[in-house]
Amino acid sequence: MRPFTYERAIDPEAAVAAVSKAGAKFISGGTNLLDLMKLEIERPIHLVDISRLPLKDIKEEPDGGMRIGAQATNSDVAADIRVRTRYPVLSQALLAGASGQLRNKASVGGNLLQRTRCPYFYDTAASCNKRDPSSGCAAIGGINRGHAILGASDACIATHPSDMAVAMVVLDAEIELLDADRATRRIAIGDFHRLPGTTPHIETALKTGEMITGVVLPAPPEGRQFYRKVRDRASYAFALVSVAVVVATERGTITSARVAFGGVAHKPWRAKEAEAALTGGTATMATYWAAAEAAMAGATGRGHNDFKIELAKRTLCRTLAHAAQEN
Amino acid sequence: MATMTGQPINRIDGPLKVSGKATYAYEHWDVGEPLYGFIVGATIGKGRIVQIDTTGAERSPGVRMVMTYRNAPAQGPRDASIPSQYSRAYPMLSGPDIHHYGEPVALVVATTYEQARAAASLVEVEYAVLSGHFDFAKRLDKAYAPKAVNAGLATDSAVGNFDTAFKSADVKIDQVYTTPYQFSQPMEPHCCLAVPNGDDLTVYVSAQILAEAHTAIASTLKIDPLRIRLVTPYVGGGFGSKLGIHGETILAALAARALKEPVKIAMTRQQIFHLVSVRPATSQRVRLGAGRDGRLVALGHDVTMFTSPISEYAEQSATSARGLYAAPNRLTRHRLTALDLPRGEDVRAPGEAPGLHAFESAMDELAHALNMDPIELRILNEPKVHPEEGIPFSDRRLVECMREGARRFGWERRPAKPASVRDGRWLVGYGMAAAIRGQFQMTSKAKVRMGPDGIAVVQSDMTDIGTGTYTIVAQVAADALGVPLDRVRVELGRSDYPAGAGSGGSWGASNTCTSVHRACMALREKLRIGKIPAEGMEAEGEIAAMSEEPNYKNYSIFTYGAHFAEVGVDVDTAEIRLRRMLGVFAAGRILNAKTARSQLIGGMTWGVSSALLEDGTVDARTGAFVNRDLAEYLVPVHADIPEIDAILLDGFDGKANELGAKGLGELGNCGANAAVANAVFNATGVRVRDFPITLDKVLPALPREV
Ligand SMILES: Cc1cc2nc3c(=O)[nH]c(=O)nc-3n(C[C@H](O)[C@H](O)[C@H](O)COP(=O)(O)OP(=O)(O)OC[C@H]3O[C@@H](n4cnc5c(N)ncnc54)[C@H](O)[C@@H]3O)c2cc1C
Ligand code: SF4
Repeated sequence: MRPFTYERAIDPEAAVAAVSKAGAKFISGGTNLLDLMKLEIERPIHLVDISRLPLKDIKEEPDGGMRIGAQATNSDVAADIRVRTRYPVLSQALLAGASGQLRNKASVGGNLLQRTRCPYFYDTAASCNKRDPSSGCAAIGGINRGHAILGASDACIATHPSDMAVAMVVLDAEIELLDADRATRRIAIGDFHRLPGTTPHIETALKTGEMITGVVLPAPPEGRQFYRKVRDRASYAFALVSVAVVVATERGTITSARVAFGGVAHKPWRAKEAEAALTGGTATMATYWAAAEAAMAGATGRGHNDFKIELAKRTLCRTLAHAAQEN
Repeated sequence: MATMTGQPINRIDGPLKVSGKATYAYEHWDVGEPLYGFIVGATIGKGRIVQIDTTGAERSPGVRMVMTYRNAPAQGPRDASIPSQYSRAYPMLSGPDIHHYGEPVALVVATTYEQARAAASLVEVEYAVLSGHFDFAKRLDKAYAPKAVNAGLATDSAVGNFDTAFKSADVKIDQVYTTPYQFSQPMEPHCCLAVPNGDDLTVYVSAQILAEAHTAIASTLKIDPLRIRLVTPYVGGGFGSKLGIHGETILAALAARALKEPVKIAMTRQQIFHLVSVRPATSQRVRLGAGRDGRLVALGHDVTMFTSPISEYAEQSATSARGLYAAPNRLTRHRLTALDLPRGEDVRAPGEAPGLHAFESAMDELAHALNMDPIELRILNEPKVHPEEGIPFSDRRLVECMREGARRFGWERRPAKPASVRDGRWLVGYGMAAAIRGQFQMTSKAKVRMGPDGIAVVQSDMTDIGTGTYTIVAQVAADALGVPLDRVRVELGRSDYPAGAGSGGSWGASNTCTSVHRACMALREKLRIGKIPAEGMEAEGEIAAMSEEPNYKNYSIFTYGAHFAEVGVDVDTAEIRLRRMLGVFAAGRILNAKTARSQLIGGMTWGVSSALLEDGTVDARTGAFVNRDLAEYLVPVHADIPEIDAILLDGFDGKANELGAKGLGELGNCGANAAVANAVFNATGVRVRDFPITLDKVLPALPREV
């Protein structure tokens, strides 16, 4: 761990001003950043603590949506009765992540920006294009059971580990940002996280010095929402594969569907092909399988993670069947 | 007065622990503010240090010293002729050669931990990399026979003519099972505080066996053992990984002596994966030949495992098969193949854990092939005397454990046909396996002194590694002296107390308590004759090693048990979850029903872990353990361990010792993994032989539900 200086920001404007120093970084719950700092994967020289900023509110919006402050804890969002009833997929996803202690500390902003769990990313002796651009990718040809099957590149096959973000993707959430010039902007979550391409070290559309101030959820989409996470142990493990679905049916026909996967790509993976295959179809296993095949049409394994392709298909079909049954 | 021995009383050190007052090795602040050391590990698996630049680290704030092989003091050499590897010298930074990934290449000592850690990253090492051997599967053909295996047990055993009998058997099982690298990861990391005082040294060490640690430290530092004092009142778990000392202890001692100031070092969780023990990966061929009636005619267990070329270690994995079932023709063998990985060492239930995982899975396969109940098959093959040594059993209650377990577990509800029972989206299955573990007796001494105030103080260098030693010693002493429990004070974990056997091999409880019992009986005798003088009256008790005890030659003295598991396997995703588990055990007289049960439940949890989760993965290109933290090296969390219980049969094995008590610390981890694995087969009809059984291995064999 390298020495660093620390300050606590008093308001969002002061925070973005403070982080404009070279080598400065925000810290929220610190549950990801501190681990990475100890291993010298992150080496900020200055930390701007934003955990006490007044950005914890979870509010209803006039258009029927909700706005969640970036500093709301994962626990608070998961427990919010409005979130639980109107966006159950989000609450379920949050509760499927990490542990109670971590969720009490983890913020919404930090969760979106948490970094991959690729073990070679964590090992400063291993080559890793994400940590050290142009050094190579040790996961290719190495141990890659947890790695991506969709949207990967020859530069990086890492996954984004968040559960919460997968649910936010099917909810068409927007991320609200504030920059050093005090300008705000909103970006669709689908455009926020990036695929690795040749620049896996650039993970999001966040510009230097920008801070996440909140997440805006549009009014809940029609239909039933479910989050299903598949993992090696019953709790406290990252997803091998996870699925978020929102499906509406009418007299056995699927009228609308949204599907996203976690644990399969460098970003929470919205499966538009699956959605197209579902919409207008009958709510039957045959339709679900067609959607699953469509979702995984472009999937490739790297050896140890080959099983994820079949696992993702099965998990999607079962989750859809479950959602339809509950309709 | 009511007998204390056996009572399920709470730990007498419990309040100290929950209030944070129990001092562990890293926490002895009374010695003043120490310096902090941080270990720098090699980032290659095999090769040589060509250049090492410590100037950046030396100039870093707070740094007091950077030690590398160039300035490390001369140390005693590792001496493989000393039978116990834990008594051997453990030299550190002794040359430029790198034998495994993570091997210490430097120690940075600074005023604060953070300074030491920051400076550690500034040590620049240039290596000449040599191609090493890191891939176990690719080196199986290079296996050789060691002279002996762990605990001095024979490498091979043979009775009758295995080959001929197996060939002509009516029903045969011939399968290969593989088990992965596993790690002990005690809650308290491996740490040490070394305090110099002139030429003397006090070492606050986190160790299971003080006498061995003492010898190892003295011979490494090449100083008179009398100048070294070890203090270890509490140990936060060991699981075999603290039977010996490791780099942290030697490096702290070297630095403390060089700087003439207290130095302490704790390993990070990640470092423990490379700097401490690893349970060797194994490949095991089990061959069982039986008649159609289920009677075994041939039984063969061949185990190959990896060893470090610089420190040979062989788990006794095929030895359980030597005593478990009758069969006229038998063959067990251990082979080793050298890999450039961290050395193998004991991890809880060395030998039995991987060995029974394979062997008891094979028994389940045989029961299935015969269409027999697995318990009936085992009962049918119950031996009357030890099947290889021909000596009688002191106290063998395996059948009773199985019958009692079956009754309590509701074994009759076991799905007779695999993959035939569903509960919603779960396929449900039952599995069982037998447990067996040897009882060891080592030399052990204890002392008891009674003051005129009537308070008895028991002393031994025995450790309490979280198992409850303080409590059971007090219980046994109270009974032997005929005094209430609160008149007994137990003092453990100092090298200046009489040498006990330490905590390891499940022998700590029975050995220590027997020597304490003898000390107390001797004191009683003295008290009967004389009056307590002002300075108190003292007596010693001692037991001899099992090699000196005729009973251990004339009887087969073992502990037994039976595990029962119910698992659910998700029909779609193949996620495997334990639903409930029961173990029934016979280990002679139980010294404390509560601490014993805790040990057994803990061991069973290890079994669940090895069956379903634990898997140290090596990158065969570098020799590094890739998943070296507890987010990636998975062990069960609370949600993975639902209803689980351990039942202890009342007993007394007078052949073991006069207390009738035998060790049980590892018994719960013997065969528990196989019970879970067998339940997975019963649930799914899918037999995975490459442990752990993770969902990716089951998934391809589960039909899609469309
Ligand atoms: C053992 C373990 C298991 C876990 N399991 C799971 C799991 O199963 N599923 C899952 O989804 N997650 C899991 N997590 C990850 C956890 O969800 C994240 O660590 C957490 O959400 C991060 O939030 P934080 O507030 O602590 O972020 P921090 O660690 O404080 O910050 C993370 C990053 O975000 C930046 N940042 C934080 N807030 C802002 C902001 N408002 N604007 C701009 N930048 C910001 C920081 O600079 C830093 O780069 C696990 C973590 C651990 C340690
Ligand atoms: S997969 Fe990505 S994060 Fe992992 S080693 Fe390769 S480049 Fe680094």
